[in-house]
This record gives sequence, structure tokens and C-alpha cells, in this order.
Amino acid sequence: MLYEAVRLALQAILRNAFRSFLTVLGIVIGVAAVIAMVTVGQGSTDQVEADVSTLGTNLLMIRPGQPSQGPGSGGGGGTAASLTLKDVDAIEQQISSVAVATPSNSRGMTAIYGNANYSTTVTGTDNRYLTARSWAIVGGRAFYESELRTGTAACILGETVRQILFGNGDPIGASIRLKQIACRVIGILEVKGASSFGTDQDDIILIPIRTFQRRISGNQDVAMIYASIRNSVSTEKAKADIESLMRERRRIGPFEEDDFNVFDMKQITSMLTGITSVLTGLLSAVAAVSLLVGGIGIMNIMLVSVTERTREIGIRLAVGATERQVLMQFLVEAIVLSLIGGLIGILLGLALGLLGSRLLSIPFAPDATIVLAAFLFSALVGIVFGYFPARRAARMDPIEALRHQ
Amino acid sequence: MSKGQDPDSRPLIGLEGITKIYGTGDAEVRALRGIDMEISGGEFVAVMGPSGSGKSTAMNILGFLDKPTGGRYFFGGAEVGHLNRDQLALLRRNFLGFVFQGYNLLARTSALDNVELPLIYQGMAGSKRRILAREALAKVGLEGREDHHPAQLSGGQQQRVAIARAIVTNPDVILADEPTGNLDTARSHEIMDLLTGLNRVDGITILMVTHEPDMADYADRIIHFLDGRIETDNRNRKAAADAV
Ligand SMILES: Nc1ncnc2c1ncn2[C@@H]1O[C@H](COP(=O)(O)OP(=O)(O)O)[C@@H](O)[C@H]1O
Ligand SMILES: [Mg+2]
Repeated sequence: MLYEAVRLALQAILRNAFRSFLTVLGIVIGVAAVIAMVTVGQGSTDQVEADVSTLGTNLLMIRPGQPSQGPGSGGGGGTAASLTLKDVDAIEQQISSVAVATPSNSRGMTAIYGNANYSTTVTGTDNRYLTARSWAIVGGRAFYESELRTGTAACILGETVRQILFGNGDPIGASIRLKQIACRVIGILEVKGASSFGTDQDDIILIPIRTFQRRISGNQDVAMIYASIRNSVSTEKAKADIESLMRERRRIGPFEEDDFNVFDMKQITSMLTGITSVLTGLLSAVAAVSLLVGGIGIMNIMLVSVTERTREIGIRLAVGATERQVLMQFLVEAIVLSLIGGLIGILLGLALGLLGSRLLSIPFAPDATIVLAAFLFSALVGIVFGYFPARRAARMDPIEALRHQ
Repeated sequence: MSKGQDPDSRPLIGLEGITKIYGTGDAEVRALRGIDMEISGGEFVAVMGPSGSGKSTAMNILGFLDKPTGGRYFFGGAEVGHLNRDQLALLRRNFLGFVFQGYNLLARTSALDNVELPLIYQGMAGSKRRILAREALAKVGLEGREDHHPAQLSGGQQQRVAIARAIVTNPDVILADEPTGNLDTARSHEIMDLLTGLNRVDGITILMVTHEPDMADYADRIIHFLDGRIETDNRNRKAAADAV
């Protein structure tokens, strides 16, 4: 009987294929939106977590400026005194919980080699940067101590920069130009891929910090310090240690506010995933409304269908269909209709999720639970919104129904 | 309720003082004003009478499609007045077949699917259903037309499909309300021959409403309605003579 009901339902649905399609559009859009959002949201969360683990969960960032400023806000920090190379050494040497500290000054610049030119980020730092970010050199070498001390124009290229400037050629020993600086390429960085911000981490050139200060920024400032914490200590402890050292070094009185920030990667992660989950929640609410509208659409079209098929219902009742059998027929029709919508929505949502993750260069993370939930939910929509029209069909008076034209 | 019973034995159908009133107050219509009737298994009864005399109303009540306002209805010796909708549906499904003036086939549905319909509601398996439906269509002379939709069939052929649908469940009674009302004379006689065969050969009790004396003449008993009452109820001498 159920098989018959499904067969009949499919017949009735296909008989009005276009109208059926319009009817389920609401469900399709609702389900597709939920699936796409959750897929992309999950993908970006995965990405943030993956980034943080490649960056190292034990990494702290110290920047000058008021604590209200987020980690992504511009450098300098306005009136706050800048950081210095002495701060870097002090943090590394005086705080036992810190394994390595390294400066990091960055600026967007155009790199030129032969006819090729490419706009990238130049970061002034030292070899400890490689340790702190657990970033390996895959070709050439790291900076010599002498290069770091004297501020020699030596460059280590990220993979993206290498690829664009040199293609298949060997860059080691070549001289590239960064504005007026002629810089000798000494090393190539291992591939890191895209970060959670969607930025390409391999789009970078490392030069010695002193070279950056002398020839690019023209001052002794350090814009940011990375500090990597020893495994045995907690982030909170290291943060507190750094804060009290910095307050001391910057002579901040006991009742004065910090004029620097110490961020940890957990904060950055939770901030990013927080944004993601708010967005996901918001769009899921929109999707839920569209599912509701979709359900009402199904109810509406089922009511029209029941009225149109009054005579058919009369015939079915006359040949001995019970109330329950007629109810089942129309209920199954509504459920099949909304399940078709749900299935199309799931496929569309997965396709959009795949497209979205490609565009944002994040992992494609379809969630089996949410797909199943969407499927069951569309069945539920069919039951809830199909019941009333189905009951109307089942309760028809056979004589009246047969007389209907 | 075995078929082809001797007409003199216990009646298959018994009506006692059946009334039917539509509407209330000023809009009240007394469609049936007290009908007493006994029909034995195997009878072929024609119901005649002017338009509005209550023939269809009586047929609908007899067919469990409608409930009387008053009176008692016995089917196979049991009173059915107190049965609910679904119980009446089961009676229709198992004991009755309907033939309507307007055929009442499902549109855009093949003849075979139309005939299978009552069997679906009986819960019969598809393969068995198909066999019985083909047999029924063959019996009404429509082999080869199984896949035709109503729109692809003539009026006479559509009425044959409807008859096949009525007999596919092997019913005790066929209720036919003006089955030839939409057909020309030649087609009407073909349908009447078919119904007569079902009555004579298969022993199916037939109750048929008709306006045309020529069609009523196929029956062995003719009941005349007038104003919601039975005016006359006579043996049909012509049919009796034919049968000899
Ligand atoms: N559903 C209904 N509502 C109100 N009056 C009805 C209804 N059905 C039939 N009638 C009335 O009942 C009377 C008998 O109708 P009907 O049984 O159809 O007559 P017949 O079939 O003999 O032409 C008529 O007066 C008709 O108008
Ligand atoms: Mg009538």
C-alpha cells in the first residue's frame, strides 16, 4: 500500500512537473542555504584550527598600542612607544617560559626580477622567526649572523613569490629588486598554503630586521614581536610574564593602562570561529524561514491539488478507499514532494558549499549529520504541511465529490 | 450471499420506510418519502421515473455512498444504518460495483490502471491485480485497449472500462445510474447486452436507473418512482418471455 501510494504520488507530481518544481523551490532554497552555510562554516573553522596548529598554538604576538585594538588592526599603535630589538632580547632572555622571541616588521612592496614584477609582503625579521613559526627552509640557507648584524640585503622567498618571479628557474644567488634595494636571494621557504584570513602565507619575502629598519622603514622600531612558549608552560602564565616585563620596561605606573597588546592564537581562533558561527547562525535562521515558507507553499499547492482532484477522490471513495487510504495518498504525495525538494536542496547546497570552499580556499567539509537532518526535516515539513490538505481530501463526501465538475 | 440465488429466498437487499431529506427549513427537500423495497440475489431491476423523483438518491443510499434520514436498510440480512464511513467503504469495496452515467474514470490513467483501482484498495499484489484487470477488460470486449487513456476511447468503450472496474472485484451487486444516458442507441444496446450477460451468466444482481423503456425492458423487474415514493413495482413480462 505504501509502495502504491509512493507510485501514485510520483505520478501526480510528474503530471504537473513544472508546478511541482515551483512548489518545492522554497524547500530547495532553504535546504541548500543551510547545507551550503554549514559546509562553508565548518570548512573555515577547520581551516582556522589547521592554521593555528601550523602557526603553533604556543605562539604569542606582542604589539604596541591600546589593548582595545584587535590583532588585525594597523601597526604602530598611534601614540604608544614602539617596540625595540632590545625588547625582543629581553623577552627571550628574561622570561623563562618563552623559548624564542623574534621581531617582525612587514610592508607591502613590489619585487622585480628581470621582466617579472610582483607585489608582495616584505617582512624584516631574523632566523628565530623560522623557529617560532616552525617554518623550514627547503632551498638555500637561513640568514648568516653577519648578515643579520650588518643589515645585508639578503632575501628568503616564499613559494608564491619564487614561482612568480622565477618559474622553473633556480633563484638562489639571483638578485631581485625591492624598490631601490638590490637583494640577493639566499633561501626558499617551505610551502604553507592559505591562512584562515584567506591570505596566501607563501606570498612573502623575509629580509634581516636591520635591513628592513635601515633601508625600508628608516627607524629603529619593531612593529611586532612573536614569542613562542615552551611546551611545559601555560599560555596564561607566559602572557602574564610578558605583560609584567613589558610594563616594567616601558615604565607604566601601577594605575596606568597597558600601551601594548599580547595576543595568543587561541584568542585569534575563537574570534574567527566566533564570527563564523554568528554568520552561520544568522543564515541558518534565514534558511529556516525559507523552509517555513516552502512548507506553506506545499500546503497551498496541495490544497489546490485536492480541490482540482475532488472528482478523482470521489471515484476513489466510491470504489472503496477508506479515509485512511485517501489521507495516506495525499500525505505521501506531500512528503514525496518535499523530499524531492530536500534532495535537490541537499545536492545544490553541497555544490554551493564546494564552490564556496574553493573560492575561499578552505577545506570542503560536508557534514553527514546536517545532510541527514535536512532530509528528515524536509520529510517533516511534508508531514506537517501536507496533513491538513490530506485530511480535507479524506473527509470528502463521496456524493458531493462525484458530482464535482 | 452466494450468487445466482433463487429470487424467492431471503432478500439480499431490504429497505423499510427509507426517507431522505436534504436541507432544513424552507430549503428542505424531501427526496425520499418512505421507500419499502426488497431485492433478491440475482435479480435485474430497472428503476424508472421522472427527473427529481428520487432515483439517484435511492441508488446512492443503496450503494452506501449516502445515509438515509430515516428508515432501515438491510444488506445480506444485516442492518447497515449504524455503520461508519470506513465500514461502508469496505462494503462498497467488497460487495458493490458502480457504473455511472458520466463513466467516472480517472483521467490520464490507462484503462488497466482504472480497472485495477478497487483492487489496490483491497491491498492485492500488483501481479495478481494486473491479471484480474486484464480478465475484466477482456470480458467487456476491450482486450488490446489496456493502455488506452479515457480520452483515447469512445463513450461506449469508456463505459465498458467502467463496467470492467465494477466487476473486477467480483461483486454481488452492480448499481448503474443511467449507464446508457450518454450513449447512442446502438451503443446503449451493447452495454445492456453486457449487463444482461453479467446478470444471467455471472449471477450479479443489477440495479439500474434508466429513462428509456427500451433499456428497462432488459430487466426482469421495473420499479417506477414518483415524488420520492414507489409508484409501481412490476415483473417485466417481456424480459420474462425473452428468458424462456
Ligand atoms: N445534495 C442535494 N441537496 C439538495 N437537494 C438534493 C440533493 N440531491 C438531490 N436533491 C433533490 O432531491 C430530489 C431527488 O433527486 P434525485 O434523487 O437526483 O432525482 P432523480 O435521480 O430521480 O432525477 C430532487 O428534488 C433533487 O433536487
Ligand atoms: Mg438521477
